Amino acid sequence: MTGTTSASHDMPNDNPIKETMNIVIVGHVDHGKSTLLGRLYADTGTLPVGKIEKIQAICQQQGKEFEYAFLFDAFLEEQQQGITIDTARTFFSWGNRQYIIIDAPGHKEFLKNMVSGAARAEAALLLIDALEGVKDQSKRHGLLLSMLGVKQVTVVVNKMDLVGYREDVFRGIEKEYTEFLAQLNVIPQYVIPASAKQGINITTNATETPWYTGPTVLDSLSHFSLDAADTEQPLRLPLQDVYKFDARRILVGRITAGQLKVGDRLVFAPSNKSAVIQTIEAFNVDPAPMQARAGESVGITLDEQIFVERGQIAAHEHQGPFVSTSFRANVFWLGQRPLERNRTYSLRLATREVPCEVSTIHRIVNANDLDDRQTSTSVQRNEVADLTFRTKAPLAFDTYTTSEDTGRFVLVDEYDVSGGGIITEMIRDEQEGLRTEARERDSAWVKGEIGPEERAQHYGHRAAVVLFTGPDTTAKAFLARKLESVLVAEGRHAYLLDAENLRRGLDADIGETNATEAVRRYGEVAKLLTDTGLLVLSTTNPFSLPGGTIAQAIQTLINPTPVITIYMSKEQESLLPDATLTFVGPEDFDARTRQIIETLKQIGILAESVGAQPDFQFSI
Amino acid sequence: MKHLRQLENQSIFILREAYKNFDNLGMLWSMGKDSTVLLWLARKAFFGHVPFPLLHVDTSYKIPAMIEYRDRLAREWRLNLVVGQNKEALANGMNHTRGRVECCTALKTEGLKLLLEEKGYTGIILGVRSDEDSTRAKERYFSPRDKNNEWDFRDQPPELWDQYKISFPPGTHIRIHPLLDWTEINIWEYIKLENIPFLDSLYLDQGTGQRYRSLGCEPCTFPMKSTAKNVDDVIIELKNSKVAERAGRAQDEGRGMEQLRKEGYM
Repeated sequence: MTGTTSASHDMPNDNPIKETMNIVIVGHVDHGKSTLLGRLYADTGTLPVGKIEKIQAICQQQGKEFEYAFLFDAFLEEQQQGITIDTARTFFSWGNRQYIIIDAPGHKEFLKNMVSGAARAEAALLLIDALEGVKDQSKRHGLLLSMLGVKQVTVVVNKMDLVGYREDVFRGIEKEYTEFLAQLNVIPQYVIPASAKQGINITTNATETPWYTGPTVLDSLSHFSLDAADTEQPLRLPLQDVYKFDARRILVGRITAGQLKVGDRLVFAPSNKSAVIQTIEAFNVDPAPMQARAGESVGITLDEQIFVERGQIAAHEHQGPFVSTSFRANVFWLGQRPLERNRTYSLRLATREVPCEVSTIHRIVNANDLDDRQTSTSVQRNEVADLTFRTKAPLAFDTYTTSEDTGRFVLVDEYDVSGGGIITEMIRDEQEGLRTEARERDSAWVKGEIGPEERAQHYGHRAAVVLFTGPDTTAKAFLARKLESVLVAEGRHAYLLDAENLRRGLDADIGETNATEAVRRYGEVAKLLTDTGLLVLSTTNPFSLPGGTIAQAIQTLINPTPVITIYMSKEQESLLPDATLTFVGPEDFDARTRQIIETLKQIGILAESVGAQPDFQFSI
Repeated sequence: MKHLRQLENQSIFILREAYKNFDNLGMLWSMGKDSTVLLWLARKAFFGHVPFPLLHVDTSYKIPAMIEYRDRLAREWRLNLVVGQNKEALANGMNHTRGRVECCTALKTEGLKLLLEEKGYTGIILGVRSDEDSTRAKERYFSPRDKNNEWDFRDQPPELWDQYKISFPPGTHIRIHPLLDWTEINIWEYIKLENIPFLDSLYLDQGTGQRYRSLGCEPCTFPMKSTAKNVDDVIIELKNSKVAERAGRAQDEGRGMEQLRKEGYM
């Protein structure tokens, strides 16, 4: 092997490191990923002393030929089987970059490990065996890389020695694979003919491929660029937690897009709460920072003590994410059990976790033929599918192309992350109109000097709506009246607002049949009453709509004040609706009332006793 | 410097995820450079506070300066220090002459297991790094351990897009590794950048022409030849070194580390 020494060989290794970049090496099993990696280290002289000797000794012991791949296959089992089982990360400094190179296994059954490796990467080296050509698995890897958000790809056509370094073989593979990637909107930066085993075009250009004038694999790494565009995008700060270790109430999270500065007004989605950034907090930083940008884990304090919690996404006014209970997404499934409709999964998007179901399976994506429209009733392990989801609560999100980190999610089945997805489309749900109304009304709301926190401190409880739902003649109204009496006797501010009381007055202009409008008006009245700090009690009796629909509509309008639902039924039903409390069978109303009061204490609506300062973890 | 801030932001994010999602959380602190950087990052993540206990599995064979340093920082930084020890093994005379892997298993792996059982921790934060040895290169940030504290490297959960494993069956626990992406040089660069107090009497040459590169038990940890007298010297020395970091740690020889880690070693 002769030829020109690549320029990078003259670059000393003690250049000041300026940045870190994650690169993943993917490819079909046996296409030579670990060998390429081993070669890269050995030929740049970046292996620790004795590492090659140690592996050579192990090979001799086992009567095997030395292979570069063994340098990074750590486990005995991996070396014995000659395969990579789990993703390994190795460090490699070249120029003024520190690379973390992720060697991802190529077996189909190890796809979850490949995905784990690739999801961390900013760029990928994709390996194809010159002798075997483009395999299904190579296409699947290309598809997954595009879904995982790895946009920079260099293709290495390896094992060129096995095809006699023939240009026509290389050009054929180059054409076929480039055309495939183009359908995924991926354009490879380079396609490099190489032989990792023989050290051809890895760190030095070789005479064996005189027809190739592009960079070596080593040089191609420096052509990958680090994504810095995120700071130009609209701000997204998914809240991770709220701390009160000392006098400061600090909201923490990692900015996923855009930037913020002291004095900015933030709006939190989906609650629509809003406040101004007072300080940016930091430990061992002097003077305190005045601004922060994408990628930073920050802590901020606000000028007002609004109630916000983990999962909400902070954004600037009028630039917030979508809010809906439905969206369409492309999903890859890694679970042991297939992904099915009518099963509940936990969806995690940024720091939010919410139960969800698949409502439609549009098609299974065939990696081999992307246009194929194969339909199915479930998604099997290692398949990619186009799906519509329905979440149990409103979710704030973006589409993947507008804001990457808030446009993707994972699905958890039981204890395990079992799939990942990127959101392609927001789907308006039936709450959209009410949600817009609430957002616009909240952003124009004129506040007095007294906030919800002060009211809660005085009253010994937070505001809430307690809604009794269930079939007729289950004594919902009786229990609601009883609860009101007991609460008021305890000194709480509770009020029974029967929707019947709106019918001849506020609702006089709408007919009996306009149930949707009646619920909307009830919700707006409840919004006013809860803003005064009141506990509002009601039954769903007067509305001619299902209890769940009513509760959801009121919740959307009074958000983030909670709606507590009490479902009452005379007999055990096979499928009980979601409710905070469910009562079945004959009632002991005194006991039920006590039970409701206990529940209200548990979930932090009622303080333990009136007069005592309520012990809320955070402000209201 | 930008690369250190990248690493810092990622580690702080992981620490905050751990604190939010685990009710019974502890952080291992061996007083070495890595876990001390981790402790510093916790103070950054929680604005000067460390809202969980720091656990030290004391083999009784540690270098005395380490214990002095531990107690001093615990006082100054108001740390909740919890020390665990396999007293039974020590009473039965366990030491390295009975076999290094045997000794590590009894005093460290078992010592840790006893501490976990006693306190019922469900999340343990550790300062292991991918570049320390090749089994650690295959770790996840949030890595499950079964009821016997064992690590099943063949079937690790997927980990993507900062979504970690935070739900797990009762009786098992999660090891949390915020420093996985840091190299040995990054650790020293960060110590310098943030001016973090470290055990300079051991990590720097005190005029004897040698220093420790990695700290452990006195009988099994050996200093290396070095004239590095400050952090800058250490960084230059490491950039020009091709000797493995843990070359001075006797228990790593042969397949020692793979076996140890599978069974629950840090």
